[in-house]
Amino acid sequence: MIDWKRWFIKDNAAIPLLAILSGLLFGAFVMLLGGFNPIDAYSHLFRNVFGSPYDFGETIRQVTPLIFTGLSVAFAFRAGLFNIGAEGQFVMGMTGASIVGVLLEAPWYIHAPLALAGGALLAGLWGGLAGFLKARWGINEVITTIMLNWMALYLSNYIVRAFLLEPKQQRTYLIHDSAKTSMAWLSELFGSARVHWGIFFALLAAVLCYAFLWKTGQGLELRAVGHNPHAAQYAGMNVKRNVTKAMFIGGVFAGLGGAFEILGVFHYQVIASASPGLGFDGIAVALLGGNHPLGVVLAALLFGSLSYGSAGMSFGADVPPEIIRIIIGSVIFFVASPGIIRWAMGLFARNRKRKEVA
Amino acid sequence: MQQTKVVDMRGITKRFPGITVNDGIDLSLLQGEVHAILGENGAGKSTLMNILFGLYQPDEGEIRIHGKPALIDNPNTAIRLGIGMVHQHFKLVQPFTVAENIILGSEPRRGFSISYREAVRRVEDLSRQYGLNVDPNARIEEISVGMQQRVEILKTLYRGADILVFDEPTAVLTPDEIEELLDIMRSLVRQGKSILLITHKLKEIMEIADRVTVIRRGKVIGNVAKAETNPSQLAEMMVGRSVSMAIDKKPIEPGKPVLQVERLVVKGREGAPAVNGISFTVREGEVVGIAGVDGNGQSELIQALTGLRKAESGEVRLMGADITNAAPRAISETGMGHIPEDRHKHGLVLDFSLRENMALRTYDKKPFKRYGLLDYAAIDKHAQELVEQFDVRCPDIYTQARALSGGNQQKAIIAREIEKGPELLIAAQPTRGLDVGAIEYIHRRIVEQRNKGKGVLLVSYELDEILSLSDRVLIIFDGQIIGETRPEETNDRELGLRMAGSRLDKDAERSHAG
Repeated sequence: MIDWKRWFIKDNAAIPLLAILSGLLFGAFVMLLGGFNPIDAYSHLFRNVFGSPYDFGETIRQVTPLIFTGLSVAFAFRAGLFNIGAEGQFVMGMTGASIVGVLLEAPWYIHAPLALAGGALLAGLWGGLAGFLKARWGINEVITTIMLNWMALYLSNYIVRAFLLEPKQQRTYLIHDSAKTSMAWLSELFGSARVHWGIFFALLAAVLCYAFLWKTGQGLELRAVGHNPHAAQYAGMNVKRNVTKAMFIGGVFAGLGGAFEILGVFHYQVIASASPGLGFDGIAVALLGGNHPLGVVLAALLFGSLSYGSAGMSFGADVPPEIIRIIIGSVIFFVASPGIIRWAMGLFARNRKRKEVA
Repeated sequence: MQQTKVVDMRGITKRFPGITVNDGIDLSLLQGEVHAILGENGAGKSTLMNILFGLYQPDEGEIRIHGKPALIDNPNTAIRLGIGMVHQHFKLVQPFTVAENIILGSEPRRGFSISYREAVRRVEDLSRQYGLNVDPNARIEEISVGMQQRVEILKTLYRGADILVFDEPTAVLTPDEIEELLDIMRSLVRQGKSILLITHKLKEIMEIADRVTVIRRGKVIGNVAKAETNPSQLAEMMVGRSVSMAIDKKPIEPGKPVLQVERLVVKGREGAPAVNGISFTVREGEVVGIAGVDGNGQSELIQALTGLRKAESGEVRLMGADITNAAPRAISETGMGHIPEDRHKHGLVLDFSLRENMALRTYDKKPFKRYGLLDYAAIDKHAQELVEQFDVRCPDIYTQARALSGGNQQKAIIAREIEKGPELLIAAQPTRGLDVGAIEYIHRRIVEQRNKGKGVLLVSYELDEILSLSDRVLIIFDGQIIGETRPEETNDRELGLRMAGSRLDKDAERSHAG
């Protein structure tokens, strides 16, 4: 039997949980300062997530891409790489899916997988490019991925405008029905919320990510490179190839997230003035999730629910939805500064000890 | 005259969860003495010193400084009480100058600005007073490790320390630098300072210490005056059993060549050749030692032999096969085991468990990999066998490598490298920083390889190690082999001179030629 109490006390679980709690408390504090009622706000937030099947379904839709981008960042991080580029890889995933979904015609059992693969491959190459630059010339992946994010945005806008644009629209043609990954029956079950196959693939991706990293020889190599590239090289591993590979696979994860947004949710791609931000949120998700696939899924659930629920907060309790960004920001702050949490836990423990003595 | 006790620690006890690291330790330091604290790695020496320096609080016991009870709750208090610590790992800002590093935290001010001229002057004065010979304007990154250590010493003196704690000060030094350090210590003591020396090296103790306190498993085993003891008694007290440093070397006739190196040239970090046309052979059943002062191309030579660094020209053959510039894995599989110089950097993935580290080279082979997946049952079994066979002391094989003591980390590496049954074992600095017990064990294992008819290439800066293990000794200087000798035909003094003295010969030749 798993000793839950011990697991709970362990740093790696306790700190994120306490960070979430602290973040919510801090958010409440900010609301009080602004003259809002935090209890009212949080209850509306909660209601907006779980209130109706439709809302619940939409929350799942919101969570899905976050799992993918969170996995993307976490996977690269395990190999010692900081993938700021999940954003750009996500956009390339959208673009790849749009290209295949709009331009190609095929039976669904070929078309949808092909569109997914197109998005995943394009995003994988986009991430792999940053990995290659790092492996070949030692260029820092943080810098290249940030630049590649912008290049992805404008490149995809160009592709949409030049090849896929529906006349008199600021978006592509709708993708063919055969490429869609929406799930009609599931959608109906959730009051026609835009739930799609993506959530199952996201969970599957998390499982595969875990299995790859901890159950295969290649995963062992990646982790060894991440912890200590010198020892990895000494042990006969090809560090450069692993760096490129890790960024490629990270890109594939993010790209799948982007592809599912097109194929499952919107069914078209717009000319965007800014990128969607889901890739950046993936960094936060990975951080909160401790760069572990299971943690990523849980963190994506939290952030997805918070962002979707914030709409209810503003309708129901008249609290500006931006508050939710403050909460998410402070959760990340507390996760990133475990010293504060440990200090608080220490105070708590000492108080209790004192009481016991008295 | 009754000498005064400058430090008096009584009944110091410190517990960490599950373990008592210091158990009722008594320690007193007299005015003007060098007091050595001797103990194996993990015996509790560093914890005791961290308590004295205010980094830890003792659970029980009291500390008196100059006879007065003291509550040392942080390092600043310790510094105020005149305690200075020279850490094993230097705490210096690399791009700053010596003077800047020394004044850091207590800068001499003029108005709102720092008076660098004043700082330089005071550093110079101190340096002269204690014969440290440090240039206050040099940058830390440009000076040698030995010099950096002197900067650490100056830092404590600058803050007015009269009780100096040296934590394993010679672990990073070359033989020459050690000599100089001991001279500095003597000069410090002559001028009224008192020194606590933490070490596990018996030789230094016999040279410099006045008294020795031996600690084993958190307890004081004994307190003896240096004059009344000898190295083997100390070793026995430290390890808890009698230690034999005698090596059981069977006479063997060396066999076929295992490693052949021909005119090897390897570039160093700055692009100049660090290894400059080296040729030698290692045969079956012999230990070839490479003696030399640190930084004469040893590291580059080994990295080139093991595939970690590119060779510019020349040839390396292992068991007759050309392995020049082959990949590390290919070289390893041709039959080479490698105990790397820096076990933390190359030897282990410290954040990995012991079981993963044991399979670090072989995870890709049967029986560890089946259908693309790792077979952790096989990996565990393998690790468990090695741990038992090589006496790696650890809670279990799931322990992080980081949590093991240096000696056990090294044993784990040796287990992994020997278990493959390599024809050639390259051992670089195999016992650096280890205690007597671990050194004895590792030396036995290395000679055992030789006795089994394998070739061993030993690189070490410890002359004693070279002389006691090697069958043949090659002397390396400035990237070249400048001489060869046999241990029975030389001694450490002569070898030391040849390692460094050749420089003089060369200079002489040059000036003659010029």
